[in-house]
Amino acid sequence: MTEPLQKMEAASKLLELKNIDLSFGGVKAISNISFDVMEGEVRAIIGPNGAGKSSMLNVINGFYHPQQGEIWFDGKQRHSMKPYQIAYQGIARTFQNIALFKGMSVLDNIMTGRFTHMHKNMLWQALWKGPAEQEEIVNREFVEGIIDFLEIQAIRKTPVGRLPYGLQKRVELGRALAAQPKMLLLDEPMAGMNVEEKEDMCRFILDVNDTFGTTIVLIEHDMGVVMDIADRVVVLDYGRKIGDGTPDVVRNDQTVIDAYLGVSH
Amino acid sequence: MFYRESGDFKKTYKLDSQTFPIKFDRWRYYFVMLVAFIVVPMFLTDYSANAVMIPFLVWAIAALGLNILVGYCGQLSLGTGGFMAVGAYSTYKLMTSFPGMDMISVIMLSGLVTAVVGAFFGLPSLRIKGFYLAVVTLAAQFFLVWLLNKVPWFYNYSASGQISAPQRELFGIVVTGPHATPVAAYLFCLIFAVGLAWIARNLTRGRMGRSWMAIRDMDIAAEIIGVNPLMAKLSAFAVSSFFIGVSGALLFSVYLGAAEVTEAFSINVSFAVLFMVIIGGLGSIFGSFIGAAFMVLMPVLLKNILVGGLGWPTDLAAHFELIIVGGLILVFLIVEPHGLAQMARVLKEKLRLWPFPH
Repeated sequence: MTEPLQKMEAASKLLELKNIDLSFGGVKAISNISFDVMEGEVRAIIGPNGAGKSSMLNVINGFYHPQQGEIWFDGKQRHSMKPYQIAYQGIARTFQNIALFKGMSVLDNIMTGRFTHMHKNMLWQALWKGPAEQEEIVNREFVEGIIDFLEIQAIRKTPVGRLPYGLQKRVELGRALAAQPKMLLLDEPMAGMNVEEKEDMCRFILDVNDTFGTTIVLIEHDMGVVMDIADRVVVLDYGRKIGDGTPDVVRNDQTVIDAYLGVSH
Repeated sequence: MFYRESGDFKKTYKLDSQTFPIKFDRWRYYFVMLVAFIVVPMFLTDYSANAVMIPFLVWAIAALGLNILVGYCGQLSLGTGGFMAVGAYSTYKLMTSFPGMDMISVIMLSGLVTAVVGAFFGLPSLRIKGFYLAVVTLAAQFFLVWLLNKVPWFYNYSASGQISAPQRELFGIVVTGPHATPVAAYLFCLIFAVGLAWIARNLTRGRMGRSWMAIRDMDIAAEIIGVNPLMAKLSAFAVSSFFIGVSGALLFSVYLGAAEVTEAFSINVSFAVLFMVIIGGLGSIFGSFIGAAFMVLMPVLLKNILVGGLGWPTDLAAHFELIIVGGLILVFLIVEPHGLAQMARVLKEKLRLWPFPH
């Protein structure tokens, strides 16, 4: 059992965090956390409020720079980078509070996700006719594929501000997918949804993982969902890692149970 | 009735991304172009050119430029007057230093000079947002006007401190100086206005425009997607300043003929253009044109009514003009905060369904 797992580890570790320390002034948000994400897996990060889950995602996509520790992505050590550079490396994400471009239509929002794949310079764009239009059409075709995938054809020209919450979440997922990321970070993709919307979202996440082979790191509070769709789970509490492993292992771990249910001292 | 859309299917993405996807709009656009290029010049008089059409076109270009910055990229700027002055003085220096250069190149180069200056003053926008950025651009306004007034090289050491446009021809037709015919001056401005509006449309619908709007709507999310905020903001400042510079160049060389920087390009100009953009509609190219039309035409119209129609004394009419225009701005902003362009949009949505709204 252990041998094939190690083999897989050697072959395809997409992201590895080693001894990450992050503090804001005197507050230690993350202390000495290490974990890895395999290529093609669904990795969940769970933990009570304030455990440092979102900080962890912000470290991965470059909003926060950890004071200590190493980040290895795609086989290379990553040094301090701006978030937009990290987007070019193939990491996309969605936010806990929807961060769509309110003044733009669904189509434009998802087209913005293609930003890293479009290269025609300003002069071509000013002329429009020719290469810029060609590039636009090629990318539009790709975006229409995502619109079909997420079943939002009917609203493609609607301004996103007018859409209900569940659909906005879906559009945001679409925008992240449009970037064709190697790794997708989802910050509470199902927060505030009803059961039906959650089921839809789970289906989309699993489909993305299956069809595009995208590696997914997600934060989620709904334990049922996490245990169902995640391949492996990291548990954080007070900025420390208290558990790591398959859902079954984590579920039966005494420290994790204590952190979630509380223990009487 | 007006819009007959049934059966008008878009079969390719190219057709779907047209500027005027609806047939009626497209024909109306061709019709407006026809009127602007052929019908208007036939009936153009000295008065209608100099009081209405030319200022309208010149201010429309300025509004277009500011709209790219404020409406599309969300960066508030009060430096418009200063940037227009840069355009005007570049034109003057180019015209006097290189008398053989054709006017189109002169105006375009002035725009480029302004773009560089604008991008420089846009640098603080990476750190400063909103009202604070407005204050920084206000500093640009005062600094540029002061500089152009202070250094005599900019106005070729003329005793009055004024700059005046020498006579220049384009394809054998006089377009600047006192001997330019109104039709020539009008058409010259029209070519720039139409060309720049087309460029603005192309830039705002493509990759670059989306990066501007992304920065405007949610800068953090924009960065996650790969938009470099510095590049997006600076390019918005540069493109916007290019338009504003061209507008300043035309204002000086074609419309005014002579200018003095503290008068022609004061802070009032910055506010006037900002009003045009807000009244017309933020983030709308059509809005820039109607905003400019409103701010240029309304005073002319009121003057004609008050002085010509009611026989008021000119000074009284001039004061009332300001009051009424100010009042109208307030009314419009209360009734439709998103500007005249939004009104037009709502009207169009109604007309598309009319007369069977259900």
